[in-house]
Amino acid sequence: MTTVVITGFGATTPLGGDAPSTWEGLMAGRSGVRLLEEDWAADLTVRIAAHVAVEPNIDRVEARRLDRSSQLALVAAMEAWRDAGFEPGEENSVDRDRLGVVCGTGIGGLHSLLGNWDVQKDKGPRRVSPFTIPMLMANAPAANIGLKIGARAGIHTPVSACASSNEAISLGVDMLHLGRADIAVVGGSEAVIHPLPLAAFSNMQALSRRNDEPERASRPWDTGRDGFVLGEGAVLMVIETLEHALARGARIYGTIAGAGISADSHDMVQPDPVGYGQTLAMKRALAEAGLSPRDINHVNAHATSTPQGDITEASSIRAALGGQSDSVVVTGTKSMTGHLLGGAGALETFATVMALHDRKVPATINVESLEPDLGIDIATTVRDLPAGDLAAINNSFGFGGHNVAVVVTNQNITPGKA
Amino acid sequence: MASTEEIRSDLAEIVNDVAGVAVADVQLDKSFIDDLGVDSLSMVEIIYACEDKFGVSIPDEDSKNLKTVGDAVAYIERASN
Repeated sequence: MTTVVITGFGATTPLGGDAPSTWEGLMAGRSGVRLLEEDWAADLTVRIAAHVAVEPNIDRVEARRLDRSSQLALVAAMEAWRDAGFEPGEENSVDRDRLGVVCGTGIGGLHSLLGNWDVQKDKGPRRVSPFTIPMLMANAPAANIGLKIGARAGIHTPVSACASSNEAISLGVDMLHLGRADIAVVGGSEAVIHPLPLAAFSNMQALSRRNDEPERASRPWDTGRDGFVLGEGAVLMVIETLEHALARGARIYGTIAGAGISADSHDMVQPDPVGYGQTLAMKRALAEAGLSPRDINHVNAHATSTPQGDITEASSIRAALGGQSDSVVVTGTKSMTGHLLGGAGALETFATVMALHDRKVPATINVESLEPDLGIDIATTVRDLPAGDLAAINNSFGFGGHNVAVVVTNQNITPGKA
Repeated sequence: MASTEEIRSDLAEIVNDVAGVAVADVQLDKSFIDDLGVDSLSMVEIIYACEDKFGVSIPDEDSKNLKTVGDAVAYIERASN
């Protein structure tokens, strides 16, 4: 099967306005969660969230036509595109017919939808922006990236809640495997920090209510965890066939060796407590990668900091990797970033690739009292990975019962060029 | 009531705000779409902003005939009287 490598990263997250500052924040164990002091948050039960660290820098007129989710996606995509050695527009050497985009989102252009509904209620239908639909549609971030880089091989938007951007990576890899493209920009974007989702997630009892300690609210596997923290941001990466990357002398961060997709078919919002579907996704990803559990050194877990979810995932990892789990370093980076929903899988795949690249696993912060008997080795401090070949799994699970695991390795990394 | 030049100047600010066209380029003889590069959805926003700014009503069947800046200024002058 065609080997797929990563040649560019771009990110705008609660930890930083680009990929290097995001990785630096993860390694430093910083939290991106803040108290919401805005007036609109005053009457909410949950008044904490993780906004992007740097507001998107987009031309004013262009920004009028872009939902925040598209703005964040464009910032990250163009960073990834430049990082891979390209310029915007048509002047680069890429065959546009062989260039794809897959950018997932969990919800879509919520601010544009609700903002224009507010306008319509207050001022009447004639004041609704004619750009409302192309702003709010879930495929807008992917389409905007495609327009910017001139992609013609196909533009796709998986919408599978919190698994969306891992699914985007998986579908992008499929495009390359199936010969539909040689290169693609893949990842995800989410921007829904707004009173409605905060109220709705809160009423599901899904969110942490630790308003008095925002930076300590997201705490996967800690016995005091009480829900996830809503985050926003976008992470995009350039993937290409190894052949295409080598032919143009691209710098390579790592290899996407395989992906596994499954569905729980259990409940709309609760994970199957047995974790059958989660384990199935991990096993399928290993099989596609041609690896066995003993090849795996590291797992970046979905680990949202919910009471049941973290326990289920620990047992699923144990089931997928068996006794080998004892020598696998597991971390939960949502402890720092909050939960980017449709952006989470891409952010965490980025963290997983960089962990192998630098041989250092970021810590799960805020674990003061580790849940007992999890049967997995959780990094509560930064941990070193051994020399030699490395492989890791990034898990993402979403409402609807979507499970997507991505396996990455440190094969084909360009030596000495970080 | 506002002079032709005042209306043109206010309209130029709206076109700049909506479509990013330089204020100085918004002259009476210029076509919104062919000369100033305003796209059809931005044109709709400009018309709605004019209704707010000048307190006039510009029905869709009239707005589609406003090809140039001069057409729009003349319409607004008539509608304001």
